[in-house]
Amino acid sequence: MNKKNKIKITVNGKQLTVNLKFSLKNLIEKLKTPINKVAIEMNREIVNKNKISKIILKSGDKIEIVHFIGGG
Amino acid sequence: MKKKDIFVIAKKKFSSRLIVGTGKYKNMKECAKAIKMSGAQIVTVAVRRVNIFDKSKPLLMDYIDPKKITYLPNTAGCFTSKEALRTLRLAREIGGWKLVKLEVLGDKKNLFPDMIETLNSTEILTKEGFSVMVYCNDDPLMAKRLENAGASAIMPLAAPIGSGLGIQNKTNLKIIRLQTKLPLIVDAGIGQASDAVEAMELGCDGVLINTAIAKAKHPYEMAEAMKLAVISGRKSFLSGRIRPNLFGSASTSKKGLILSFFLKNFFFLNFFFLKVCFLIFLSIIF
Repeated sequence: MNKKNKIKITVNGKQLTVNLKFSLKNLIEKLKTPINKVAIEMNREIVNKNKISKIILKSGDKIEIVHFIGGG
Repeated sequence: MKKKDIFVIAKKKFSSRLIVGTGKYKNMKECAKAIKMSGAQIVTVAVRRVNIFDKSKPLLMDYIDPKKITYLPNTAGCFTSKEALRTLRLAREIGGWKLVKLEVLGDKKNLFPDMIETLNSTEILTKEGFSVMVYCNDDPLMAKRLENAGASAIMPLAAPIGSGLGIQNKTNLKIIRLQTKLPLIVDAGIGQASDAVEAMELGCDGVLINTAIAKAKHPYEMAEAMKLAVISGRKSFLSGRIRPNLFGSASTSKKGLILSFFLKNFFFLNFFFLKVCFLIFLSIIF
């Protein structure tokens, strides 16, 4: 494993290491997240879910994936 | 009286006037069944991070179908306008939810709303195209300001969230009811069915309940009790109550009463006696 081909990102406050040129879509697929039941925020900006395949992750990117849970 | 009593929020029609929260239940199954028993067509939901490492956790959407039950995303746990806006923008992104519940808290202990942050958020969200149902205090002036800011519903607290204390300020709720045509929903503080009845009898359009059902010893039965309470209170309100009176008024006619002649004519004789006295009194004067 060559470390140069890896980048570090933060997803929901947890550090993850992914391959260089990994797209946001690749990440969502890797995490097995049901895309139609979540919203994604990257570096504090909401991401259009239709365009995630075009977004290439960079080192240090902060991603938030949220969904609905029970609440009053 | 109108035949069909329809509850309209942001142009959406509902037949149930009970909104329930989906928090504090033992599990999703219990939550889903309680919602079913309550007959609610709107449920509040919260926006939180997905647990990216634990896929075994059940999803709310697998238990409560958003196509059948209207999800009302809320901003529970937000203490600033910024956090609330971020939460609701994300909620909209999940699947186009525009009808939302805004709740900006100001105090961790009693969970009272921060009305300045709430008002600012209402203005911004309305401009962004959201239909905002606003959790607020029971202050008629603030309610008016929220209405002017474009709120879709005014949701004053009856008592602190989760307290179960019931309606603490009936007068203010009545004043808010009289001043606004917007949907008025009592949010927070309901403890038992009679509190829900009371809210509806004050003229509120609906009631939002979470803890009182979720933490009841028997949540399903309480859910049903609340459903019936809201229906009962609404009908009672629409039916036009009698004027309260300090004195008694017999429910049964005196006609055909089996009593002695004297008793039977007691009231008449009494009246006759008074009349005679009055005439004597008049003759003395003139």
